Amino acid sequence: MIVSVQDLTVTYRGSPMPALSGITLDIAEGERLAIIGESGSGKSTFGLALAGLLPANTTMSGTVSRAGDRAPVGGRDIGMVFQDPGTSLNPVLTVGEQVAEVARRHLRLHWRDAYRRAADLLARVRLPDPEKALRAYPHQLSGGQRQRVAIAAAIAANPKLLIADEATSALDVLVQAEIAALLRELVEERGMTLLFITHDIALASTLADRIAVFRHGQLVDIGLAARVLGQPEPYTAELIGSHLDLQTPPLIDRPAA
Amino acid sequence: MSAPLLTVSHLSKRFATGDRRVAALEDVSFTLDRGRTLGLVGPSGSGKSTLSRVIMRLLEPDAGSVIFDGTDLLATRGAALRKLRGRLQMVFQDPVAAFNPRTTVGAALDDPLRIHAIVPRRDRPAVIARLLDRVGLPAALAARAIHEISGGQRQRVAIARALSTEPDLIVLDEAVSALDVSVRGRILELLVDLQRERGLAYLFVSHDLGVVRAVSHDVAIMDRGRIAEIGPAATVVTAPVSPIGQALVAAVPRLVLSPQDAPRA
Repeated sequence: MIVSVQDLTVTYRGSPMPALSGITLDIAEGERLAIIGESGSGKSTFGLALAGLLPANTTMSGTVSRAGDRAPVGGRDIGMVFQDPGTSLNPVLTVGEQVAEVARRHLRLHWRDAYRRAADLLARVRLPDPEKALRAYPHQLSGGQRQRVAIAAAIAANPKLLIADEATSALDVLVQAEIAALLRELVEERGMTLLFITHDIALASTLADRIAVFRHGQLVDIGLAARVLGQPEPYTAELIGSHLDLQTPPLIDRPAA
Repeated sequence: MSAPLLTVSHLSKRFATGDRRVAALEDVSFTLDRGRTLGLVGPSGSGKSTLSRVIMRLLEPDAGSVIFDGTDLLATRGAALRKLRGRLQMVFQDPVAAFNPRTTVGAALDDPLRIHAIVPRRDRPAVIARLLDRVGLPAALAARAIHEISGGQRQRVAIARALSTEPDLIVLDEAVSALDVSVRGRILELLVDLQRERGLAYLFVSHDLGVVRAVSHDVAIMDRGRIAEIGPAATVVTAPVSPIGQALVAAVPRLVLSPQDAPRA
């Protein structure tokens, strides 16, 4: 087990209602756990709480315990990828500086070695022309390329846990499929644990071993993907029923009311 | 067979970025009939938003024509254009950005009724109540501020505002993309019901092929400013012929409910 969460309740300052209430769940080492939910379900708050990124004035109760005896350090033990790489990357630093900085700080490499590692990582996330990309600024890259950079930075210090919060949601469908495949590969080859936070139940179903369903800050269900989706709780069944894909009978073919 | 409501012919539009000229639209042609929906899909940068902005006369194309109900839209100016604008409406992705943040729901709906002089002032409250009712909102919501209501309610108000001028065509640009799936389903049903009831035509722009499939009679797939393929929705979705169409169909995440059909890694 890599993280064990017991009765976690989180209330943001000034908010009458908790964003998360009484969440208990374990994350096993090496697993791919998807957190699915709609807006306001608390799924992003859960990711931030695990990464220790909640605002300082947030009220928290319950425990988050992690494997190992030292306190985890963000960036070193936990990598995080957010929805919008346009705002998660620093616009005035080159891509190379941002990826190398992680390796320099957490792996204590010299800049020269850190840059070499950054170039390798950019190649690994399949950024075209990684040597050139080292000197590029984020605005010179497309959205998909920026998300590849954000992933390279997130994994630069070999974290055990990678948290991807809606990491593919702002990308178009083609790029989304590529980034999802990349995350799957990286997690597999590096033995990382993946926490994949998404509103997209279909994406979760293709990517996760286990699925946790959040609603209004509460855990509705958690279990193996096949069980959670195959024998769904009523709310999960609603989400499944609302899903539209190419197999869904079109609305325009419904008989008129 | 009556003439199509909308005939778009050979539209081209280039944007200059630095010293390069990028083709946003390249010889785009299609027609749309009354009471029908054309879904427009494509990767980002494929030109779908540029196309909808040209049709709405928010952007001038470099070449080509747009005929709306027999009128050359691009040649129409001044009072004639203002009159025509009521018959073409648009609903955007982000209903927060699409409204004056300081306005109320009632005032947002009053504006088009006043500007297009559709109903006399004293009748407007009743018309606003009817519009709200038609999109499934209580009349009392008229007094609320736009920023107080939920995202789904706001998008219903945006649809009510579009309906207020009794349009023939509504361009829906990623209109349900920001909504939760449960809310999204009800908004799509509302759009389909309104179309049946009023014979509305929709140009439904979305990056989500699943959503487009649910509401479109025909689908056009755009790539780098061109229409790569266009045809009946069922055909395009089940047997796409263009490489980009095939890639988009393959990229739609499939909901895997049981382990038997799971592509296990």
